[in-house]
Amino acid sequence: MIKTILDVGIAGLLMGGIYAIIAVGFSLQYGVARVLNVAHGEFIMVGAFITWMMYTVFGINPFVSLAIAGPIAFIIGFLLHRTLFNRLRTSSPSSAAYEGSSLLASFGLLYVIQNVAILIWGAGGKGYSYLTTSVNIWGAVFPTNRVVTALIAIGIGLVFYLFLARTRLGKAIRAAAQDPMTAGLMGVNINLVLALCFGLGALMAGFGGSLISVMYSLQPAMGFQYTIIAIIVVVLGGLGSIPGSFIGGFILGLVGSIVAYWQPALSLVAYYVLFMLLLLVRPAGIMGK
Amino acid sequence: MNSLRVVPKSFLLPGISLLILILLAASPLYIPPYTVILLTSIFMFVIITVSWAIFSGPTGYISLASAAFFGVGIYIAALLGKELPLLVVVGIGGLASFVLALLVGALTLRLRGIYFAIFTFGLAELIRHFLLFWETNITGTRGRIVVLVDYEIVYYIMLGIFVATMLTAYFIRRSKLGLALQGIGENEEAAAHSGVDVTTVKVITFAISAIFMGAAGAIMATKWTYIDPYVAFNPLFSFMPVLMAIFGGIGQIYGPVIGAVIFTYLEEVLTTRFPYYYMLIFGIVLIAAILYLPNGLVGVIPKLWRRRSGGQRANT
Repeated sequence: MIKTILDVGIAGLLMGGIYAIIAVGFSLQYGVARVLNVAHGEFIMVGAFITWMMYTVFGINPFVSLAIAGPIAFIIGFLLHRTLFNRLRTSSPSSAAYEGSSLLASFGLLYVIQNVAILIWGAGGKGYSYLTTSVNIWGAVFPTNRVVTALIAIGIGLVFYLFLARTRLGKAIRAAAQDPMTAGLMGVNINLVLALCFGLGALMAGFGGSLISVMYSLQPAMGFQYTIIAIIVVVLGGLGSIPGSFIGGFILGLVGSIVAYWQPALSLVAYYVLFMLLLLVRPAGIMGK
Repeated sequence: MNSLRVVPKSFLLPGISLLILILLAASPLYIPPYTVILLTSIFMFVIITVSWAIFSGPTGYISLASAAFFGVGIYIAALLGKELPLLVVVGIGGLASFVLALLVGALTLRLRGIYFAIFTFGLAELIRHFLLFWETNITGTRGRIVVLVDYEIVYYIMLGIFVATMLTAYFIRRSKLGLALQGIGENEEAAAHSGVDVTTVKVITFAISAIFMGAAGAIMATKWTYIDPYVAFNPLFSFMPVLMAIFGGIGQIYGPVIGAVIFTYLEEVLTTRFPYYYMLIFGIVLIAAILYLPNGLVGVIPKLWRRRSGGQRANT
């Protein structure tokens, strides 16, 4: 009995770490840059494919590829905000109109990125195995790659949190999240900060993708399910709250693992039920105001 | 607007509409079957887009539940198609979507802005995954066969739903309900204070708009003959109407129609000519439309008109 609880609980926490960093990126893009980025999962997919390519073609360690996949995703995100979203933002009459049009633009982006990926890598599934030995945690046995990726994910999340909380740029980002207009008046280069936020969100997605590629098989259409997970986690934790996304990620990981233990096919359904109940009862989320 | 111009226009609009309708109704007599089937798909998207715009256009609540209502109609056709006459099935499809929208609307229309969009999106996905789970684990079959119906009958029923949708959209716009919706879109609190029963207006309109999507789904299912949750609750059916409406322009009643016609035709051309690049081109067109046509095609026409006829109309 205790072993089952440990099994399910630790599996949930391991998954939660990945969910958390994916959601932190999504939250940053929505909370600060005001883009409900439906194409978030496509950045994850790009990160995963780059890592796969690095491993199979050049034999580079997937965890080293983090330093390649992440920055590439960052650059794509940063440039996209500079060219596409910033233009939309400045031409939109209100912030609500911008949220609507940027949501639709990111939906278009989803198709563009996904189909470019199909043209480059083909539509089929890909995969590799790495660190498939097993670890014993208090009697519960897990593949090593899961444990290592979860630890790396938590580490990335912590570093990112410290970056937001302690650095000058982090302060500027938080200021822009609260009130972009006033932040601009206080000397924050708002266009740069928003583009950075979007880029950092993509960076998180790229990291997430790298880590996911170690554990699961990949295909160009894989992104959307992670976008859904990111949306659910972010609503769970409170739109725009970074600690909330972290907590939400672990909660969703646990819920997923519990439901999967009982009835694997229902885990996505359970996510949606949880998500819709939450929207009805407390739309602001756990850490929301 | 000048009152003198309104008089001839009031004859013009019904006249032209009637003429177009007669042409469309007689079209299976003089155009090839392929075009009739294409017209049916075009009507389907026009119906979904216009009914989406009935609610979301004036209020500004972006609903992503279209796929849910459409899919419910499809499943009704799959479940009841063998036992009941076609028109009854279509009616039940509309009614089922109406009831679903009523329930969802009553639950969720307290949610504002982006939360409403997220929730409605979640709804369609929830139904899809639940059905998928149900079909694979409980009944052990994935997908269903729908009774095949002659394409001309499908066309005429679709045309009938199309006319009903257009009339409803037109009369809601003209009625007190339309004004109330407009008021909600501009300032919900002010509308509530001036005596609009905000929740009832929103829920009723949302539910009415769902009828047509459900009915369209029920009749479209007979054309596809094989359906499964992926086909029926495809999220594309939630996003397409939004795009089509925005591409055409939400401000006017004919905006969503134009958007839906152009997009569906474009889809047809792209899927047949460039099957591998179709979705890529689609994405690019979409982003370009949002970037360069924020008010839709309809928004471009008055701008061009103004430029051509110079300053004399500039203050209208």
